[in-house]
Amino acid sequence: MGKVANLESLQQVYFEAIPLLANRRAQGGPAEKPLNGKCDVLICGGTGCVASSSRDVREALLVEIERRGLKEDIRVITTGCHGFCAKGPLVVVYPQEVLYCQVKASDAPRIVSETLIGKQILEDLVYQHPQSKERFPVYHEIPFYRHQLRLSLRNCGLINPEDIREYIARQGYFALGKALTQMSPREVIEVVKDSGLRGRGGAGFVTGIKWEITQRSPIRPKYLVCNADEGDPGAFMDRSILEGDPHSVLEGMIIAGYAIGAEAGYIYCRAEYPLAIQRIKIALAQAYEYGFLGENILGSGFSFDIYLREGAGAFVCGEETALLASIEGRRGEPRPRPPFPSVSGLWSKPTNVNNVKTYGLVPQIILNGAEWFRGFGTPNSPGTATFALTGKINNIGLIEVPMGITLREIIYDLGGGIPKGKAFKAVQTGGPLGGCLPAEALDTPVDFDSLVQAGATMGSGGMIVVDEDTCMVEFAKYFLTFASAESCGKCVPCRIGGRRLLEVLNRISNGEGKPEDLDEIEYISRNMKEASLCALGQLTPGPVVASLRFFRPEYEAHIYERKCPAKVCKGLITYRVIEENCTGCMVCKRNCPAGAISGEKRQVHYIDPNICERCGICIEVCKFDAIMIE
Amino acid sequence: MMEKATITIDGRKIQARYGQTILQAAREHGIYIPVLCDHPALPPEGACRICLVEIERQRTLQPACTFPVSEGLVIYTHSPKVIEARKFSLELLLSDHPLDCMTCEATGNCLLQDLAYEYGVTGDRYQGEKHQYPIDASNPFIVVDRNKCILCRRCVRACAYINGVEAISVFYRGFNAYIGFGADSTMQDSPCEFCGSCVEVCPTGALWPKMAIGKGRPYQLQKVQTVCAYCGVGCQIELQVRNNRIVNVVGVENAPVNQGFTCVKGRFGNDFVHHPDRLTRPRVRKYLLEGGKREGKERGEWVEVDWDTALDLVSRKLVEIRDTYGSDSIGVLTSAKCTNEENYLMNKLARQLIGTNNIDHCARL
Repeated sequence: MGKVANLESLQQVYFEAIPLLANRRAQGGPAEKPLNGKCDVLICGGTGCVASSSRDVREALLVEIERRGLKEDIRVITTGCHGFCAKGPLVVVYPQEVLYCQVKASDAPRIVSETLIGKQILEDLVYQHPQSKERFPVYHEIPFYRHQLRLSLRNCGLINPEDIREYIARQGYFALGKALTQMSPREVIEVVKDSGLRGRGGAGFVTGIKWEITQRSPIRPKYLVCNADEGDPGAFMDRSILEGDPHSVLEGMIIAGYAIGAEAGYIYCRAEYPLAIQRIKIALAQAYEYGFLGENILGSGFSFDIYLREGAGAFVCGEETALLASIEGRRGEPRPRPPFPSVSGLWSKPTNVNNVKTYGLVPQIILNGAEWFRGFGTPNSPGTATFALTGKINNIGLIEVPMGITLREIIYDLGGGIPKGKAFKAVQTGGPLGGCLPAEALDTPVDFDSLVQAGATMGSGGMIVVDEDTCMVEFAKYFLTFASAESCGKCVPCRIGGRRLLEVLNRISNGEGKPEDLDEIEYISRNMKEASLCALGQLTPGPVVASLRFFRPEYEAHIYERKCPAKVCKGLITYRVIEENCTGCMVCKRNCPAGAISGEKRQVHYIDPNICERCGICIEVCKFDAIMIE
Repeated sequence: MMEKATITIDGRKIQARYGQTILQAAREHGIYIPVLCDHPALPPEGACRICLVEIERQRTLQPACTFPVSEGLVIYTHSPKVIEARKFSLELLLSDHPLDCMTCEATGNCLLQDLAYEYGVTGDRYQGEKHQYPIDASNPFIVVDRNKCILCRRCVRACAYINGVEAISVFYRGFNAYIGFGADSTMQDSPCEFCGSCVEVCPTGALWPKMAIGKGRPYQLQKVQTVCAYCGVGCQIELQVRNNRIVNVVGVENAPVNQGFTCVKGRFGNDFVHHPDRLTRPRVRKYLLEGGKREGKERGEWVEVDWDTALDLVSRKLVEIRDTYGSDSIGVLTSAKCTNEENYLMNKLARQLIGTNNIDHCARL
């Protein structure tokens, strides 16, 4: 393939690419032109499905298709993440748009014979709603998808991320063509400003204004950086986009580079994302091959290069100044701002840093206009929010919803509620640096400002749901342990403050809490927030502050009553045999790893609390419900 | 940019220059803001959070050492919020610090101690984990006690920006971060050149000159300013003397030539001063003094003489050699330890009086 020299030849490539997607259709949309007798089988190639052996499913399907001589009629395509990771490996069959869940390699022959040839739906592989037991064979009719609005994820799970033609068939690189040939850099910035797009990395700074500051600087060269160092535990929004639709991010970066007058861009991706890195590399090579990167892009005279940099595993490198230090080859540590990177960034040159999702949304905004984007979401937070939904929730996975949707809708309509009929207790947004919200806040609209007002943060998009079995002290401790371990150690409040705060929490959960500890938590938190150098230190106390604010009685129970109401904190619980239920079967005694259980056959057993390690194995193995925690 | 910006510090309006930090502007106008990690000779770091000030319309407190001035800033250097944050950082630092000021070498010359005193912080607020690092005394010059280190990184910056060696860096993260040398080896096995700039800037007793240990408190030492005798650069140094013996050598802050820093020789190479083998008066060979000839291979014994006698003998011998064997039979080698002026005079002596161009200079110190 030669370089795409101008807009006309891009059109040409587009028309040639359209048949590739003729069988498939985007969410809710009609298949464009179904090809008679041809099928597309899409296998999810996201990290989650790969981990649950989707590659074996693919191999098995290929073998079966080959055996039946159907290679001409059935294409097997690996796509990016569909988001419904709890049900993986996922297989979608087009043109019927049937979604099969938790497919095993052994299901391949059935799928080929029944669905691809027989046009029959395999009911047992179809999604079944956990409560209503209703089955949903059609992909976009599943409640998990029905409530979503996929802009960032519009190509994820639909196209082959390793084939640039499939991206072009989705009008890929048309926004770039439009920007480079019909718009001045100022006009591009105006559209992005008018769209109200706010940075999806978490802070929600207005993207267009950030671009404008960088664009106005007289200093050259300028740089562009894509922050793909997604490090929140359980968050995988950026990874899924890079794995499923890498070209949208590249296109957004090139447009941004044109708008601010940058010479080069860097993608800083964490090394723990090998698949994303592999797909970025493939996408970069294809973009260069097609001439969307390099010299004189689309004959416009604009030249731009993108380089990939891999992180070395530090969470703090998601902080923009630490990220820049890491790209420069220095220790990944933040430095005080101002000056902000838009004034003095990479190698002290003006640098625009945006998140993966922010760049990924840019092409659609340029193509469809600012008004179109403002049509979604709320006036102050237009567009959509992408969340990695996880924890005690039925539909674990990746979702994209319009801003302004309530937490309740996300958790119950999309997320399918809490498993095993348990009660909802809290939802943590903003990852380990965010905050949790209680049931009373479930009707909070999800947008940048409302979440902060309610006591949590938007963050980059992790959403962790916990149920009644979770101890909020333990929950806060989990995030605090993570954040304090990830402190870079540069500033005093974060380096030592995080550790001292953790020590207070450890004390409380070990049953050694003192009445003044709650004031101490507030004192340390307040000062860490005020005095720390970067957002990591400032927000490290966030989960503790939020949980103390909404679940204060639970903290007080730990301290004053020496009780863990959720019966989680090992220092505050005792395992006891319920004498009436115990049959003396000796199963618990045999399984206790600490040797804490004594008792003869057919006689009531006894657990020695001084030896017991509170591992819970006895409860699991007891068939007579004869062990309780108190 | 020389443009002026009007800023208000603690209710006082002052004219600051663009490009200055709040700290620089405040200092220029005699307004006190405490610092710990900041050092005038080093780029600011913003790590210790002691110089935090409250600035109107800023979300959080900001370090004065890095925050650039701009028109209309309204700054409070000692608001309740600021004082609380400073105390907080000091409490934290002391919670992971030995608190052995009674025997610590740095007592009386320790910025951490001064700040703890100023803010009334005793160091007993937290009873948490404390580091127990082994002491690195692997080299002849510097003792490294990481337990006293507050990770201000002054040493890291001095090594990188003053000496250009980059032998010092931070290892590991968070609470377990510590200052290390080379590839986390001892100081001895690292690329360290022992210039001692790190010792010069260390605000606590974490880096201390070995020779000074146990030799006296700062107030017991007499301070003698002098010029380093090692080479012609002319670094100003301060000898710290007790009982007429040099206990320690430090650079003189703001000295035009060396700005407070020295090389390894100027700082640590002073053991010759009190060495019993050191010559303090001229000596000549006995046979030369008696005007006789050397007998056999033996050169005979030394005789201690006064300077006039010694110099007379040298000049007489030089003239004798020149007249007997010609000017070019003499060569002159001068020393980098001499000043420019002294070397110039030697040049005159060689070329004009002796009449030879055979003059060279070691220039390798």
